[in-house]
Amino acid sequence: MKNRKRKRFVRITVSVVIICLLLFFLQRLMMPKYSVGTQDGAMIAEYYDDEPKHNLIIIGDSEMYENISPLVLWQNYGINTYIRGSAQQLIWQSYYILEDTLRHETPEVVIVNISSMQYSEPQKETYNRMTLEGLRWSTSKVKAIYASMTEEESFMEYVFPLLRYHSRWNDLSADDFRLMFHEEPVSLNGYMMQVGVKPAENIPDGIPLADYTFGDIDYEYLDKITALCKEHGVELVLMKGPSLYPYWYEEWDEQMKDYAAEHNVVYLNCVNKEEIGLDFSTDTFDGGLHLNVEGAEIYSDYLGEWLQDNIGISDLSSDSALSRAWKTKADAYEAKKSEKYKELSD
Amino acid sequence: MQFVSYSFFLFLAIVFVVYYLIPKRFQWMVLLVASYVFYCFAGPKYLIYIAATTFTTWLTALQIDKLKAAQADYLQENKSLSREEKKLYKTATKKKQRHLMLAALLLNLGILAVVKYTNFAISNINAMIGLAGGQPLGYVSLVLPLGISFYTFRALSYLIDVYRGTIPAEKNGFRFALFVSFFPQLIQGPISRYSQIESGLFTPHRLNWKQVSFGLQRMLWGYMKKMVIADRIVVGLTTMTGDTAAYTGAYVLIEVFFYAIQLYADFSGGLDMAIGAGQIFGVDLPENFVRPFFSTSIKEYWNRWHITMGSWFTDYIFYPISVCKPMLNLSKWSRTHLGPVLGKRLTVYLSSFAVWLATGVWHGASWNFVFWGLSNYLVIMISQELEPLYRRFHQRFDVDGKLYFKIFQVGRTFLLMGFLRMYDCFDSVTTTWKMLLTVFTAGNWNILWNGSLMQIGLTAADYIIIAAGILLMFLVSMSQRSGSVREKIHAKPYIVRFVLWTALFMAVLLFGAYGIGYDATSFIYNQF
Repeated sequence: MKNRKRKRFVRITVSVVIICLLLFFLQRLMMPKYSVGTQDGAMIAEYYDDEPKHNLIIIGDSEMYENISPLVLWQNYGINTYIRGSAQQLIWQSYYILEDTLRHETPEVVIVNISSMQYSEPQKETYNRMTLEGLRWSTSKVKAIYASMTEEESFMEYVFPLLRYHSRWNDLSADDFRLMFHEEPVSLNGYMMQVGVKPAENIPDGIPLADYTFGDIDYEYLDKITALCKEHGVELVLMKGPSLYPYWYEEWDEQMKDYAAEHNVVYLNCVNKEEIGLDFSTDTFDGGLHLNVEGAEIYSDYLGEWLQDNIGISDLSSDSALSRAWKTKADAYEAKKSEKYKELSD
Repeated sequence: MQFVSYSFFLFLAIVFVVYYLIPKRFQWMVLLVASYVFYCFAGPKYLIYIAATTFTTWLTALQIDKLKAAQADYLQENKSLSREEKKLYKTATKKKQRHLMLAALLLNLGILAVVKYTNFAISNINAMIGLAGGQPLGYVSLVLPLGISFYTFRALSYLIDVYRGTIPAEKNGFRFALFVSFFPQLIQGPISRYSQIESGLFTPHRLNWKQVSFGLQRMLWGYMKKMVIADRIVVGLTTMTGDTAAYTGAYVLIEVFFYAIQLYADFSGGLDMAIGAGQIFGVDLPENFVRPFFSTSIKEYWNRWHITMGSWFTDYIFYPISVCKPMLNLSKWSRTHLGPVLGKRLTVYLSSFAVWLATGVWHGASWNFVFWGLSNYLVIMISQELEPLYRRFHQRFDVDGKLYFKIFQVGRTFLLMGFLRMYDCFDSVTTTWKMLLTVFTAGNWNILWNGSLMQIGLTAADYIIIAAGILLMFLVSMSQRSGSVREKIHAKPYIVRFVLWTALFMAVLLFGAYGIGYDATSFIYNQF
């Protein structure tokens, strides 16, 4: 009798383990591999592979991760930067990413891109996925999911992504098997390098809006970001990247200035800022939305100087461990640049 | 709460744990609370409907039972009454019981009629007003309470059974409430009878792993039918039926086939889930399908399809009408004036007419369903009339019992039922007729092989999955003929069982049409 019971117990345990393993492998297989697909979804997860010793953390959407080169910030100013960026990152997602980051480290300065203040509602499931899937599980992630889900989404499908991606069996490629357990990094400290030139021409003025006021929910999360930074003794910089498009309205700019003044935080609007030295006939790869690598290097140089002059951010270049790490990263950066140019010329 | 939802799995898991953890005498109470919680997910405001039906039928049945008891007591105490006096007393009591039952019937059928058929009635009145050039009436905004047709029929069957003396009235209103609202059968049946599930609902159950695993297996099979087949094939079906100008002729034949598969996989899949969920709690719900597509005639088909509804109409409409006084008088008259053969059949035809009219109306508030019901009636009656001719033909050509002839009969029944079912797919009766006519007139048979079927929203992969699913359903049906498939699998070594059920689970998980990117379809029979 005892033997039978034991046998039954072993059988059930083994069965459950096999099913769990099967589900685990299937899930890994079915999940999209951002490093070989839509790379914008890969960076949030890559942060955890870098040593958490950054004195500058930048949080935001493609206006950050395609426009700022952390290598330039390091090489010219000794600023150890990481960009926690994802496509169309919403302000509440920025907040929870900040919360997640501060659990790992406390940087001197946090830059938050405020172009997302224009969105008061979740936009698209695809963007949510690209932002949230890379976050490690924590209460921040759970809250970020609940804050971000569109009507069609389900929390369960974030917990078990296999339920979301089950139908990918028809699109599987060799990469899905190769990258099941480890994806190749696509960014350099969160920077996604772009090459090529598509000059900005005929940038249209913004369409008049019925209401320019940012939503209550945006302010609610901006307040939370401000409070969290203050709580951790982190200098907060609210920044609007230099992208010419989508249009950044004067009314929006005014609201941000007022907010910054009221809450005693810094606001830096880089749109059409001549002292940066950007030339949108050569420094953008997509007609003014984002910068190419040359543009990003120019902008980063400006940003580094601005941070040193206005915020007094530390120069960490004397840290030998960091210097060694950045030496390797610089090599990878140059290799990537060459590779990208080669791809472009092909 | 849909059966195909994450919340349902969570709900089921919680109810399961609580059900088997609490003292057994409280188990049925857990099911009652769970059923009402389940119903609340459809909208708490609809609780009033199910509560009203439950209360009125329970109270009426109780009153009827009391009258019966009072009658028995009275007759016991007054043994000296003459036979005539006893008969008079019994008739008077029976009359009171009948009035009570009719009042409850009218009330509950009235609720059903108002919420389900008001707008249908208004649309018909408006059509007549339109002819007279008058001002049309406005439509009313009424949402159909979840499963109202099912729980009303369940409650009424109980009431009539108590009236007939088939079962005693349930004294405990909460127990009766559980019978009416038991959540696995709430959405789309089966339309169980009180006597069928009473013992399952109220007998304490010990955790029986075989029973639980059989229940889960049955549910899994239901999910396979619903999610892998029905919800995938429906994409192609709605593309075609949604554009009656473009998809005519051979497309309609494809629609006939697709809809037959979709409806069966959807409805029987939902019933598999319901029966499986019931089994998890030790409640055996009655079967609703017995391989209907293996039927060799429409009559046989209706004995295998939606069985609990068919038997409900037979027991509570066909027989009462057949033996009611006016019908008996008519039978007597017709035998005298029309001859013994036609005279005998006339009452059957009239009773059947009532049954099929009610069946059509029950399925939906539109003329399409009325015509669908009456078309079934017509085909069954004609088949019955031609029966002697068929028999002679079978004898003459010696086809009885021959496999090829059986296959022909099965195919014929499948097609005939498929054509009749198309009333569901189009917006009017005339459109249905026109579309069916194009099968014979359009002459576009080349769509079957020129790749046109790849343009209806289904990919080659979809067709492969659907075909594999149908093949699996067919093989399971074939195996069912010699006994329970689950029992057969259960008799196999553990490794075989494990591989089979895990494979089915993985197939549902991977090939099921669910989540974002798929239009989640609710069960077709939910709306009834």
